[in-house]
Amino acid sequence: MIGVNGLSVRLGGRAVLADVDLSLRPGTITGLVGESGSGKSMTALAIIGLLPDGAKASGAVMLDGRNLLDLPEPALNDLRGRRIGMIFQEPMTALNPLMTIGDQVAEVLVRHRGLDRAQAAARARDRLDRVGLPLPRFPLGLYPHQLSGGQRQRVAIAMAIALAPDLLIADEPTTALDVTTQAQILDLLRGLVRDEGMALLLITHDLAVVAGIADRVAVMQAGRIVDEGPTEALFRARTHPYTRALFAAAAHQPDRVQAAAGAAPILRVTGAVRDYTLPRRAPFAPHPVLRAVDGVSLTVADGEAVGLVGESGCGKSTLTRAILGLDRLQAGRIELDGEPISDRMPARLRARVQVVFQDPHGSFDRRWRVDRLVAEPFHLTGRPHDWRDRVADALDQVGLSPDAMARHIHEFSGGQRQRIAIARALIIRPRLIVLDEAVSALDVQVRAQVLDLLARLRASHGLAWLFISHDLSVVRAIADRVLVMDRGRIVEDGTTAQVLSDPRHPTTRRLVAATPVIPPDWVA
Amino acid sequence: MRPLIRRLISLAVSLLVASAVIFAVVDLVPGDPASFVLGTGARPDTVAALREQMGLDLPWPVRYARWLGGVVTGDLGTSLAYKTPVADMIADRVLVSLPLALMALVLAVAVAFPAGMYAASRRGRAGDVAVMGGTQLGIALPNFWFAMLLVLVFAVRLRWLPAGGFPGWGHPLAALKALMLPAIALALPQAAILARVLRSALIETLEQDYIRSARAKGLSRGQALRRHALRNALIPVLTILGMQFSFLLAGAIIIENVFYLPGLGRLIFQAISQRDLVVVQSAVLVLVAAVILVTFLVDLAYAAVDPRLRGR
Repeated sequence: MIGVNGLSVRLGGRAVLADVDLSLRPGTITGLVGESGSGKSMTALAIIGLLPDGAKASGAVMLDGRNLLDLPEPALNDLRGRRIGMIFQEPMTALNPLMTIGDQVAEVLVRHRGLDRAQAAARARDRLDRVGLPLPRFPLGLYPHQLSGGQRQRVAIAMAIALAPDLLIADEPTTALDVTTQAQILDLLRGLVRDEGMALLLITHDLAVVAGIADRVAVMQAGRIVDEGPTEALFRARTHPYTRALFAAAAHQPDRVQAAAGAAPILRVTGAVRDYTLPRRAPFAPHPVLRAVDGVSLTVADGEAVGLVGESGCGKSTLTRAILGLDRLQAGRIELDGEPISDRMPARLRARVQVVFQDPHGSFDRRWRVDRLVAEPFHLTGRPHDWRDRVADALDQVGLSPDAMARHIHEFSGGQRQRIAIARALIIRPRLIVLDEAVSALDVQVRAQVLDLLARLRASHGLAWLFISHDLSVVRAIADRVLVMDRGRIVEDGTTAQVLSDPRHPTTRRLVAATPVIPPDWVA
Repeated sequence: MRPLIRRLISLAVSLLVASAVIFAVVDLVPGDPASFVLGTGARPDTVAALREQMGLDLPWPVRYARWLGGVVTGDLGTSLAYKTPVADMIADRVLVSLPLALMALVLAVAVAFPAGMYAASRRGRAGDVAVMGGTQLGIALPNFWFAMLLVLVFAVRLRWLPAGGFPGWGHPLAALKALMLPAIALALPQAAILARVLRSALIETLEQDYIRSARAKGLSRGQALRRHALRNALIPVLTILGMQFSFLLAGAIIIENVFYLPGLGRLIFQAISQRDLVVVQSAVLVLVAAVILVTFLVDLAYAAVDPRLRGR
């Protein structure tokens, strides 16, 4: 058993963790929830001894009667990967891109057991089989870029459990994955805890994930654990005000806005086809073609909120790029207000559709000040002389004060950045805003605020929204209508309530079934 | 295998295009080689006769084809100034410049890798500051001045190595000794640049998520740096290495002058000032071919380092 007693961490003179207590028992899954910045990841890093430079930890992390905080670095190296394993949020970047998956799993075995190459490879094979990457599809010689995000996360898990550690720490292991892949990874983790008897510390901001898997839950706020107990009891009681606030945010439903009945379509996609040519398999052979979007037709009415959902790789991003006029179609047409969209459409047409992307960090130039960032779309329409007032106005609409204009993007939190991205999309008064996983990276509380903001803006500006997401709970909260996409086609189209309560197509059923939910009677 | 064939084809095309450009440029340069050979007082009919003899009266496609044919068969023509075969002259010089460039490069790598790795692993600490200060100095010092300093210390004072000249490869040990000081002088700024590039590439790589994964597996900082970060940081280093080798091959002219070495740089410099266009044309072609070849090798090295670049 690993016991965390009175763990405190100071970083740069600031207390980031204060007096944290946790008992991580064998065969038990402990969920650690809280908003971003509350200290969840810092707790994990303190346990495994990988705190950032300059961090000072006090208290105790006890394993076998030894306090890990007092151990010298070589002793810690010897424990990491052997007694304590860890997996991280971003499977796309968590593996060394230049090393085969077999070598990366084998490295743990070589490091700690001193196995030779053949023995380590055999054991790596066994571990990859265990995490659901069997032969012949997944030989040891594959490189990470040949795998999907979910498969890479499985490799990361294989590395972490290669030596059956006492404790596995999983820091938001499924946040970057679509719901069906998330369900599979959670299943795998549950099975590992059951079969190998390890303790699992699962860090997540998603209460529904915790409800489905954790035996115990600890709620963190501002570096402290404010609530702790068996999952069901804690969920039913919700004694601590912060726990109640988290639940309220997770269940939050923004005010419904009624779309005008019989409104004309603002966006009309007819028979859209988008192919990608792949490298030839032999010299002079024809290029194989991947049909990413296969004859898609859809409409979005003026002022309507439409959700487009599907698993990773279903073609929704490709379709989004075509709707934004970034890629050319091979067949079919896309019209905005009756005018054709293409990669060479005129600026005045481009100005009618704006986009908010998933990553509020990567979609801004960090050298620009906020006023310049928000005013950027004016290059489509010509910058009016009162542009500063317009920027201040747009920021005001998303709930930010005008003095944000003189600051840089790194000074803002994730939720604030996403508000700035929305202000940027609003400033030239588009008719349609495309939100590509725009709230996926946000905490439940910030997400609730942003969803409210979107509903309010829709009522006041008469905007149409197109939500691209793999997360049905977001779509449920805000969309009037849902389109389900699978293998390049729209397989289901109906009102949100109808599609989610009575899914017809197997893909929709799979998505609905895989979406984690808090049992309704727990929160009744 | 197929991407290799495609690269080889593109290599051949690049060489052909380069030869055409060199031919056109040299052909367009004002100054008639025939009148240059005969001097300003030559009679027009003598000049015309020599032009005919040199083949300068032929249409340009024929002259280009003849030159190219010669290049392929190893016949680069005869120098106007020295009346000796250009191929032999260039071969002699390459036998000095190529080993010199290779020695300088090996020295630069041997110094830069430990220095860059050490600095990156001690980022912001005293060791890093010291190494980076040293590289600033290495870049800032004019290498001819540094070369003269080397001569003063190792040749004049200590008498370990010769101060200049080249005895030829008939005396291998003496030849290596003669190239030692010039190679060190050439390597210093290259090592400094390479160390800085490696350090910044490593620092960027060390912040990647997979380094954190490696640490979570139980690797120490040093092991994570050597086993995971170093190879990922190699791409920018390879790019710089390729550029440095190309520069060292022809750009060593100042150092060649300081040490009285009969290298390629000096040959081209002399040929240009003597308007020996036959030599210029072929020597430049050899250099361009070397640069294209090195770029090709660097491309292959990229693919060897990074599996994502294979099959493209």
